Parts: sequence; structure tokens; C-alpha cells
Amino acid sequence: MGNNSFENDELLKRELMRCMKCGNCMAVCPVYGAEVKESAVARAKIALGEAYLEGKIKDKDLMNLIYNCLVCKSCMLACPSGVKYDKIILGLRHKLTKDMGKPWVKKLAFWNLTHPSLFDKGLKAFSKTQGIFLEKRGPRLRAPRAFLRTFGKRFDKDFVLPELASKAFRDSVNEVVDVPKPQATALFFTGCSINYLYPEIGEDILLVLKKNDIKTLIPKGQNCCGMPVMVHGDIEKAKELAKNNLDLFERLNPDYIVTGCASCGSALKHEYPLIFEGDIEYENKAKKWAEKVHDITSFLLKAIEFKKPKAELKLKVTYHDPCHLKKSMKVWTEPREILKSIPGLQLIEMKMPDACCGSGGSYHLAYPDTSLKILRSKMEDVKSTQAEVVATECPACMMQLGEGTQRYKVNAKVKHVISLLAEAYRRES
Amino acid sequence: MLNSAFINACISLLGEENVLTKEAELITYSYDATPGIPREIPGAVLFPQTTEQVQGIVKLCRQHKVPIYPRGAGTCLSGGPVPLSKGVVISFQRMNKILEIDTDNLTATVQPGVVVATLNAEVAKYGLLYPPDPGSMAVATIGGTVAENSGGLRGLKYGVTKHYVMGMELVLPTGEVFRFGGKTVKNVTAYDFTGLFVGSEGTLGIVTEVILKLIPAPKYRKSMIAFFDTLEDAGQTVTDIIRAHVIPATLEIMDNVTIRTVENFAKVGLPTDAAALLLIEVDGNGKDGVEEEAQKVLEVIQKNKGRPKIAETDQERDSLWAARRAALPALAQVKPATVLEDATVPRTKIVDMLKAVQEIAKKYNLTIGTFGHAGDGNLHPTFMVDPMDKDEMTRLDKAIDEIFDVALKLGGTLSGEHGIGIAKKKYLKNELGSSGIEVMKRLKKALDPENTLNPGKLVPMED
Repeated sequence: MGNNSFENDELLKRELMRCMKCGNCMAVCPVYGAEVKESAVARAKIALGEAYLEGKIKDKDLMNLIYNCLVCKSCMLACPSGVKYDKIILGLRHKLTKDMGKPWVKKLAFWNLTHPSLFDKGLKAFSKTQGIFLEKRGPRLRAPRAFLRTFGKRFDKDFVLPELASKAFRDSVNEVVDVPKPQATALFFTGCSINYLYPEIGEDILLVLKKNDIKTLIPKGQNCCGMPVMVHGDIEKAKELAKNNLDLFERLNPDYIVTGCASCGSALKHEYPLIFEGDIEYENKAKKWAEKVHDITSFLLKAIEFKKPKAELKLKVTYHDPCHLKKSMKVWTEPREILKSIPGLQLIEMKMPDACCGSGGSYHLAYPDTSLKILRSKMEDVKSTQAEVVATECPACMMQLGEGTQRYKVNAKVKHVISLLAEAYRRES
Repeated sequence: MLNSAFINACISLLGEENVLTKEAELITYSYDATPGIPREIPGAVLFPQTTEQVQGIVKLCRQHKVPIYPRGAGTCLSGGPVPLSKGVVISFQRMNKILEIDTDNLTATVQPGVVVATLNAEVAKYGLLYPPDPGSMAVATIGGTVAENSGGLRGLKYGVTKHYVMGMELVLPTGEVFRFGGKTVKNVTAYDFTGLFVGSEGTLGIVTEVILKLIPAPKYRKSMIAFFDTLEDAGQTVTDIIRAHVIPATLEIMDNVTIRTVENFAKVGLPTDAAALLLIEVDGNGKDGVEEEAQKVLEVIQKNKGRPKIAETDQERDSLWAARRAALPALAQVKPATVLEDATVPRTKIVDMLKAVQEIAKKYNLTIGTFGHAGDGNLHPTFMVDPMDKDEMTRLDKAIDEIFDVALKLGGTLSGEHGIGIAKKKYLKNELGSSGIEVMKRLKKALDPENTLNPGKLVPMED
């Protein structure tokens, strides 16, 4: 028996016990909002966890319900007794996948993620051959060809996703980007989405860092943050990935770690210390580096002296709070301040800017009906602002929102907050 | 187990998506927010959306002799919706339309699954208010709060759920639909059915529609907090405020254990040596009237050696309320589990009650923090316990028995707002006596002769 709740059932049980079953989580759970049944909410997952640990149930339906959660952490903000739901859901998934295995598609995908060089080569090869499977749907947009529709309910005629970049971001830049008088040194943790799907966001973040006199490290040795395997309960693989990243941080020893992806940021800041609980060496490393992790907007505003943009960007913009940024990293004023610092930009708030978009990583493929219901109300909210741009700070949200604009005919472009700031800087010169 | 003919009949009545039968789904309907009570996994969960469908379910259940457990959001603190057999749970969460808001008659007509907070957000658009505000209002349904006659922080000035029900439609255990009341302020036709059905905890009929009274939302309010060196001073302040003919919208008390725990947890700047604090808010529609009442309260506080702090801005008001909101979360941090009671006494007896609770805590070596609605004598002694500590759980049971004893001796009641359900049924006789139990049994048998509706709750049939 280990001394953390992933290895020790008794410790997991103690975490479950903290839940009073008050039901306050129901008010904020996006899955409950879409499905209107108890099994969606956190206290139900906890009750199921208790039944499972007592040996009362272990079947496919249980697995299906435990995975029917976006891990958006909205419930954690509403919880009056401070139940550590993130720890609980990871723990339950970890135990369940060990007990019952996981579907082969996920196995293959995650085997890839945990073999970084193969993953890298595979994606690069795919970027050249993606046309076989995915047809062009506009600039940098693709959609699955008709023969793929049998593979999942979500793959219908309205499904779109970003094109795999012909050149990955980290391959197109130097590992060290110096500036004449650096304020600080930051390691830019790109994450996989920015690296392979949205290299232009990587370029924009780099430009913003340079403009603010930051010496930037973009080591090729960084790998997946581990969040995708972690939320599927594969804590061992997540630890492998996390160790590689933490060792890399130790070696390069930057002043800060900067992310442009809310999920990567959350993993580095919040989940790393959690998964290493009980492993003194890595728990300490994880805690030490967690202190130095910032999302790019809080980095600009809190860690260094921020250069306000001078050129105008006449745009009506609405901002979507990524769950992992607001509810995990507790950052929500900074992205708005960055947007408001751009002259001419008008920020129009949605009614519920922090309502989840329904992406949840691979959740949107595994539970397409619920995901689309959540997305639809998000898009209605976006539409009501009449904004020209919906800005956010998470590539997974961007993919989901991007599809939402097409599916529900919303006339707004989806952009990363930093891309707007970078655009304003570019206009200065 | 329910037979397949019954399940199939439910499916053809409601549609497949409104009938749950998988074990994993059913487990999630086997509890509410009450700790340590018996419970059973139901045989099916049904989601009706119309009165006809509810009627259809009741008829089917009678035919197949299947017990019915009606359920709202399942936030009950006495076991009201918890199944005690493999019967069916009827969830009203999908029967949740606001049918009408009548801004001239000041009424709202709603289906039972409407969430209290949702209703309030809607009526607020017209400057109106539905006052009952239980702690669970963000998720609790109107149907559930009607069944439990729920109270809340505003109870002292604005009353509880029963004061706002003007009429309703029910499906009776025998399958008939029964409507009474309406939009008239006055109605003395026949028995007072509101009094009969509100708080009947789903044992006499199933609510399918409710006509609720609304009031103009108060425009002005003033909040203050006051710290006291003795419980007696705080208790005297409560009595003197009412004696000065001020009825605050909220008048909340916290004891020293709660104050220390909150401060330790939330760091909101509370003096940890204070024996008690009072959180007071006066409200109204005239600015001068509210100011005048606030001034009177202030004088009473000072006369009783309290140290007051008045919120001048909304921000300051929020920070005062932060302390109250942090009470339960903070206490919940101390031990793995919390058990919350709601024994209630006349407001002149709250000091006696608070002292008795402290003595009981000492006697049974338990940690109890008490906070609650001082103005209406509705206290929430909160036990912090570890369910894995068997000895502590035994001491807890004894302590709870004694708390109810004291409350009744002080002229109080077993439950101010949480209901009887399963949790407090065994104490019922102590308050009502044998004749009271007999009245309950006769009522239950008259309306539900086959004991189909929420059997095992509220009415001690076995006594």
C-alpha cells in the first residue's frame, strides 16, 4: 500500500468521505445541465466510488458514468466542504482502468503520447498524408471524409478540426531566443496542441515575450504535460511524462515557466504536486516548479513589467474562460486586462463567460451528444454578445468553439488572447 | 426487483430516455444529504413531465404494488426522498417549467422541478421576490421545498414555504388529481389544504403544480456584525432587538468554536476570543425606515456591550457575509464528516440552548460548532466527527438524543426546517405524544390506504 490515494484505497476512501452529499455541485455541473440526471454530478461519482470500493458494483455502466465528466472543476468552486474532486476522479479512473482496462483506441493514442519521439514522427508523417482522411474545409481547417463517419457520432458533416501543421512549432524556432536586455528568462512550455496544431499561437507568444524583453527557452526536449493520460486514470504514464518535464526544468533552471495552454498550465501548477504525493523527491520538485508556472497573461501582468500595446485594434471581443485556467489556475482577471490594454478593443462579456464549452479533451468524442448540448448553449451566449471575435486561452476550447461557430452559424472568429495582443504589437511597427 | 411488464409499461408511458434501470444509475438515487440513515437502491428512476404521466405512474404502482419515492434535487437533511425498498423514485427535475409569473396578482405558477434560485432569478426581473431561501436554494426544487416546508435565513421576517403556497395541484396516492386554492389572497373554502400538504414529506400526495405568492423585493438594506464577550450578551441582544420592534431580515449567530474555525480557515478578520457574534441585516422599501431600524439595532448592541461593525458599501457587506458563508465549509475541514442538526427553541431560550449544546459536547467529548438563525431560535449545532471512529459515532448518537431532549424541555421542536423523514421519526412521540401519532396515522391511512407513497417516512406506522 502506497502513501497516496492513487495506490491506497483507504486514503481514497477518506477523500470520498469528505463529501456531505449536499448537492451544491448540481448547480454548476455542465454535464448535469445537459443531461438532467443525478449520475452527472460530482456527489454521484463519489457515491459510485464508495459503492465500487465496497465491492458493490463493477461494470461497464459504472465505467461509463465515471468517465462522463469533463473534469472542468466547476464543482470544486461550489463545494462547501472542500472535497478534492480532482484527486478523487483521477483516483477512481486510475483504479477502474487497472481493474477493467481501457478501450484499444485510447490505449493506442496514449501509447503514442508516452513515446514522445515516435509520437512526433507519427504526427509529422500524418501532416503530409492527412488529406487521405481529412478534407480541406477552409484555411487551416479540416473535416473527416465521409468514410470516417462510422467511427463516431461526432464525425458528422458539421465536424471540423484544425489542420495538422506542416511544420511543428518547436522545429521552426531556436531553442534559445535571446533579447538585448532581458527582464527575466522564461521557459515556454508549448504543449502538444500549440506545437502541432496551432504553431501560429506559438509564434505570437514568442513575439509577445520578445517584445517584453524576455529571454525565452523553447527546449525540444519538453514532452506532453501528461494531462490527457492523467484524466484517463493512467497515473503511471502521467508520472513518466511529468518526470521528464520536471528534470528538464531542473537542468535549464529558468526564472519562470510560461504556458499558453490552460490544460498544460493546470497540469504543471496543480496536478503535478498532486500525482507525486508521497514521492518526496518529485513532490518537492513539482511544488517548487509549480510556484514558477504562469499562464502567459498572468506572467505579463504579475511577474514582469508589461509593455502596453500602442496600436489600435478596432474589434468587438468576448472572452471565454477556459475551465482549467479559471477553476484550476484561478486566473480570470488577467486575460481580460490584457484584452482591455489593447487600444480600440471593446470587451463585451457573455452572460456566463465561465460556463464550460463542453470540450474536455477527448470527452467531446466519447460523449458527443452531451458535449454538443453544452457547446450549443455556449455558442448562443457568444452570439448574443454580437462580438466579432471570441478570445480564449486554451487550444482545446479553441477547437470546440471553432467547430461551434461552424455548426451553429455564429459569425465570430476564435482567437487566442495572445494572438490579439501580438497583432496589436505588429501594427506598431 | 421490479418485473419487466412494469418497466415496459413505464417506458411506453414516459419514453425510454425517462426511465433509468441500470444499477450504476440507480445507486445515484439511493441517498440525499442526510448522513447515517438506512437506505436502499431503488428498482427504477422515472422522469415524468406532465400531470397525466404522474397519474399514470401512480396507477401503475398501485396496480403492481410498487412503493413510490418522490424526489426533487435530493438535498434533504432528514431522508425524505431516500428509497427504503426496491420501489421507484419519481424525479421531478425534468418537470421544471415556470408556467406563469403574474405581476398583477403577484403570483408564480410553477411545475415542481423548478429550482428555487431559478425562480428567484426570473421574478427578480420584475422587481419581485420569492422569500424562502434554504441553504440549498441553488439546486433545491420547489416541489422538494413544499414537501419539506423549508425555511432559510429570511425566515424570521418573511416566514417559510407554507406562507407562500396559495394553491396546488396534486396526484393523490389513489391516482386522482386534486386542485385547491388559487390566486386569491383570501380563501377559506373547505379545510386548509395548504397546511395539510405543505410539509407532508411526500406521504400524502405528489405535487404536480404550485401557485406561489411573490412580494415586492425590498430596495434597501443595511448589514452589520457584532462581537460579544459572553453568550448572555449576544442572547439578550437578540431579545432586545425584537423588543425594540425591529424585525431584521436576518439575525444569525455563531458560537466561539465556529468563529475560531472560520477565522482559521478563511482569515476574514474575526476576533477569535469573542464568545459569539451576531450578523444582522435589516431591509425595507423606504431608505429612512431602514436607516432608523439600523440605528435602533446599533443602540441595542451597544447597550449589551457588543462591538458592532456596519457595512457601508456592498463590498463591506459581502465581506461580513463571507464569514457566515464560510461557517459550514470551515467546520467541514476539521474532521472527515459533519452532522448538522436543526433543533429549534423559542428565541428567548437560545442562550440556554447554546449552553446546553456546549455542555453536551463536553460530556461526550465531541467537537460541536453552533451557528444558525438566532432570530427564529433555529440553531444548527454541527458535530465534527470521523465516521471510521466507531466509539465517536456511538457518543454522537447519544449526544443527538440529548440535544432533542433539551430542545423539547425548553419548549422547542425537533426540527425547525429540515423535516422528520427517516432521521427523526423515533423522536416524534416525545413531541406529539400518543394521540399525535394516532392523528398522523389516521390521516395517512385515510389518504394513502395502501401505504404506497413514501412508505417509512414521517409517520411512525409501526408505533
